[in-house]
Amino acid sequence: MKILVAVKRAIDYNVKARPKSDGSGVDLANVKMSMNPFDEIAVEEAIRIQEAGNASETIAVSVGPKQCQETLRTAMAMGVDRGVLVETDEDVQPLAVAKLIKAVIDKEQPELVILGKQAIDDDSNQTGQMLAALLGWPQGTFACGVALADGKLEVRREIDGGIQTINLTMPAVVTADLRLNEPRYVKLPNIMKAKKKPLDVLAPAELGIDVTPRLTLVKVAEPPAREGGVKVEDVQQLIDKLRNEAKVI
Amino acid sequence: MEREAMEFDVVIVGGGPSGLAAAIRLKQLAAEKGSDLSVCILEKGSEIGAHILSGAVIEPRALNELLPDWKERGAPLHTPAGKDRFLLLTEKRAFPFITPPQMNNHGNYIVSLGNVCRWLAEQAEALEVDIYPGFAAAEVLYHDDGSVKGVATGDMGRARDGSEGPNFELGMELHAKQTLFAEGCRGSLTKTLFDRFDLRQDAEPQVYGIGIKELWEIDPAKHMPGSITHTAGWPMDMSTYGGAWIYHLEDNLVSVGFVIGLDYKNPYLSPFDEMQRFKTHPAIREQFEGARRISYGARAISSGGFQSIPKLTFPGGMLLGDAAGFLNVPKIKGTHTAMKSGMTAAEAVFDVLAASEDENAGRGAEITDYSERLEKTWLWEELRGVRNVKPSFHWGLLPALVYSGLDTVILRGKAPWTLHHRPDHEQLLPAAECTPIAYPKPDGKLTFDKPSSVFLSNTNHEEEQPCHLTLKDEAVPVTLNLARFAGPEARFCPAGVYEFIPDGDAQRLQINAQNCVHCKTCDIKDPSQNINWVTPEGGGGPNYPNM
Amino acid sequence: MSALVLAEHDNSALSPATLNAVAAALAISQDVDLIVAGSECSAVVTAAGAVAGVRTVLHADAAHYAHALAENLAPLIVAVADGYEHVLAAATTTGKNVMPRVAALLDVAQISDIIGVEDHETFMRPIYAGNVIATVRSSDATKVITVRTTGFDAVADTGGSAAVETVEALADSGLSQFVGEELTKSDRPELTAADIIVSGGRGVGSSENFAIIEALADKLGAAVGASRAAVDAGYVPNDYQVGQTGKVVAPGLYIAIGISGAIQHLAGMKDSKVIVAINKDEEAPIFGVADYGLVGDLFKEVPAMVEALGD
Repeated sequence: MKILVAVKRAIDYNVKARPKSDGSGVDLANVKMSMNPFDEIAVEEAIRIQEAGNASETIAVSVGPKQCQETLRTAMAMGVDRGVLVETDEDVQPLAVAKLIKAVIDKEQPELVILGKQAIDDDSNQTGQMLAALLGWPQGTFACGVALADGKLEVRREIDGGIQTINLTMPAVVTADLRLNEPRYVKLPNIMKAKKKPLDVLAPAELGIDVTPRLTLVKVAEPPAREGGVKVEDVQQLIDKLRNEAKVI
Repeated sequence: MEREAMEFDVVIVGGGPSGLAAAIRLKQLAAEKGSDLSVCILEKGSEIGAHILSGAVIEPRALNELLPDWKERGAPLHTPAGKDRFLLLTEKRAFPFITPPQMNNHGNYIVSLGNVCRWLAEQAEALEVDIYPGFAAAEVLYHDDGSVKGVATGDMGRARDGSEGPNFELGMELHAKQTLFAEGCRGSLTKTLFDRFDLRQDAEPQVYGIGIKELWEIDPAKHMPGSITHTAGWPMDMSTYGGAWIYHLEDNLVSVGFVIGLDYKNPYLSPFDEMQRFKTHPAIREQFEGARRISYGARAISSGGFQSIPKLTFPGGMLLGDAAGFLNVPKIKGTHTAMKSGMTAAEAVFDVLAASEDENAGRGAEITDYSERLEKTWLWEELRGVRNVKPSFHWGLLPALVYSGLDTVILRGKAPWTLHHRPDHEQLLPAAECTPIAYPKPDGKLTFDKPSSVFLSNTNHEEEQPCHLTLKDEAVPVTLNLARFAGPEARFCPAGVYEFIPDGDAQRLQINAQNCVHCKTCDIKDPSQNINWVTPEGGGGPNYPNM
Repeated sequence: MSALVLAEHDNSALSPATLNAVAAALAISQDVDLIVAGSECSAVVTAAGAVAGVRTVLHADAAHYAHALAENLAPLIVAVADGYEHVLAAATTTGKNVMPRVAALLDVAQISDIIGVEDHETFMRPIYAGNVIATVRSSDATKVITVRTTGFDAVADTGGSAAVETVEALADSGLSQFVGEELTKSDRPELTAADIIVSGGRGVGSSENFAIIEALADKLGAAVGASRAAVDAGYVPNDYQVGQTGKVVAPGLYIAIGISGAIQHLAGMKDSKVIVAINKDEEAPIFGVADYGLVGDLFKEVPAMVEALGD
């Protein structure tokens, strides 16, 4: 079985994003970029399946500018066998990304595709589901556990208020949630080895995909500052307000 | 378990200006001579530039020598230095003072040193230098004969108690013929080398300053690219060494910072709060009105100058940049000297490594040629000329200004005497002999508290790891620091790492290691040198953009 | 210009999140329909019909709609979506699972997690973990939207009198199959999924004292959180931490007890709908963001609150 993992280059999770003062976008000049943390979990899961002897090859795909090669090298340093970059400087939105990844999947024919459940920059949480729809495959989103048995994939999903277990036919799309695994540390020698692993670069046009954005960014702003409310006298008054005014208990 | 090892010709610890310049120079020489040379840089920050913080006005002298076509290569030196101002502040007023000759910035550039390093790293990578950010050199390795064999990176994934966590990875050994230590001021490995090889034996003690910096985006109407202001005086008293900078960069950005000599005496002094208070001066505050603070950070600098330069070489390695202490104090510049030292080291190392066909040529050798060459460069001449300025501040601000004028302008640095330094950690007076300082409360617009400041430095450390701020004696913070000096670590740390919190009727020291911005002030100023700063897991610490 | 909202339910009761999604739909359009797809879910259809402002309830009943599997639900929504300019769902794990699949089948973008409506094609949504609010405009004919529930006040679940239309079920896709569900009802809810969070800070004083926080949490069916200061002081494990390096939470009610409110903590909880602060320091920054503040000794006030909440 071949596994394909999708990885996105995104703002590092330690870095606070800040709107540009003219509101035209988020200021990313000289900001540290890393692999989206949920995608790191996806990569880890693919490698673990391969290490357990259940996958013959793992491939990482990224969509974006040239620098995404670094993100793919990180995936390869973690253990993925090779990388594919669909290189574009356009603002590619989830639907376009899903279409591009589908085009790569049509060529590579993997049986399992793992993505992070969302990227920590645009917080869309769409690409995996859209990809599954375009492929006509089942989707195991927000996965916290994945197991292969009898040609089916059992996925444990983090849902509001608990865990849901579903069975999927193969091939399938899985999106990784935080508790699926804890990604490994990248080892120095593996970074060197990753430099020599194959990395193909494709253009959206080669794949015949139109990546024109469907959503226009009108502006960005900092969230309005929260303002202090009222001071209550005592516990009774607090409970009364929570029950009858805010209606939250 | 045995650690894996990798072999290089040269390993460089630290991806700052000196380390990067050394790597580039080595590869340039190898390319010129057609020889093959493997060079690796280890950087504890998550990326090159993540831990770099500087004013900074840089003198391009070393860069001109290293990469004369830096402009064509797109180096981020965008803002030529413009008008210089030097202000002497009293609480209410500002008196323009003649700009001291060393502080003349004609031909210099206002830059983000972090971005300059990011660009230098690109140049180095194009020359096939292997750069590994996110890996901290945690240990020096030695051959049986006592010479340096290389370094080991820290283990990853240890739990808080030191046990092996689920994703534990043992550190790696990096072996090299020569290991170049370019850790910057108060390097944690450099410190161990000082002891092991007695490198400071013939040098004055190193003395330090702490620089606290903020980056602001100001009203375009008030922005004057290239404008340079330095101040002395208020809020420091006349006997405390300190001053501010305000540099206008491109894109409406302003770098504002404050440097305080760590030889200050009053344990109640808080460098962070002095910096905040400085911004409220009537001559200063106006330009920050309606502006937005976008970044914060702090870093110690070596200010001992010429007489504090240690022995630079030892078997198997050498010291570069601010790890050795090449800052020109009156110029308040060290980037050009750091780079020059790296380039000079590279030349000395290359000559030995390339001298013979023997694949072990230079392995573990002490290349004293580095020091000899350095003494013949402009770096040496420059630092020698200003050696008496900083120590003269022991006499107070005004006598120091008069003396410095005399020493550098009249005697031109050729005075037949050299003034001495005293170690910073011995300078604190008992709290009982000092007056507590009441700092104004932060207003959240111009002045801020420590947590909201550290927030802007994007600092993080993996939570589950042993504390990297180690105490030689767990009792000292309470029995000595708190009892005698009113707990100065709670104030000298610019990141709120050290807090004394109530514990029953007593107090105990809480170390919030996650906040640490790697400035090294605690390692320097702790009165009994009880705090030993060691490297946390690689990748931890601040993530400074544009600093 | 009408809007279709996906009703979320467990085949017996309508989920309250649906009422927030309906509110968002009504901010866009006068004509709002609900689609209820489930198995033997007539009680839900009745409840849906009573929701204020709903025009029509579309009802599809089949065994394979019992668990809102995206592979079955998405084609059904696509089949009825014709004629709607907007298709919405609450940004719950169900909505987030199904709606992008709907959008892709319609070949349109999805607008995720909206917190505001500017006009019928322009919406506000948080990005970068809520640190930035983006305003985006859709150029697609059908706008597929998920709604952050804290962004819109729920409509009333009574007063409506919607017509019910039966929709023919499509065939089971056969791609996915429900196996089981473990709902953490008895235990405390997961921090990031909880409707109510009770959080303690350094003011709690010790690990033993955290029992006071836990007692209140249990009384409210809430999750327990903590500030970094409390975690660093060793009172509770790391995974309790709300803030900078911990979790970002946005519950309906966040009760901060003995928490001063360092920006790192505020960054992790400022999107909560209602914030309550209990702290003895009147000057604590937490009061600057709290909807309700109680200045007092937590060791007195919190047990009093548990008591006053009764059974």
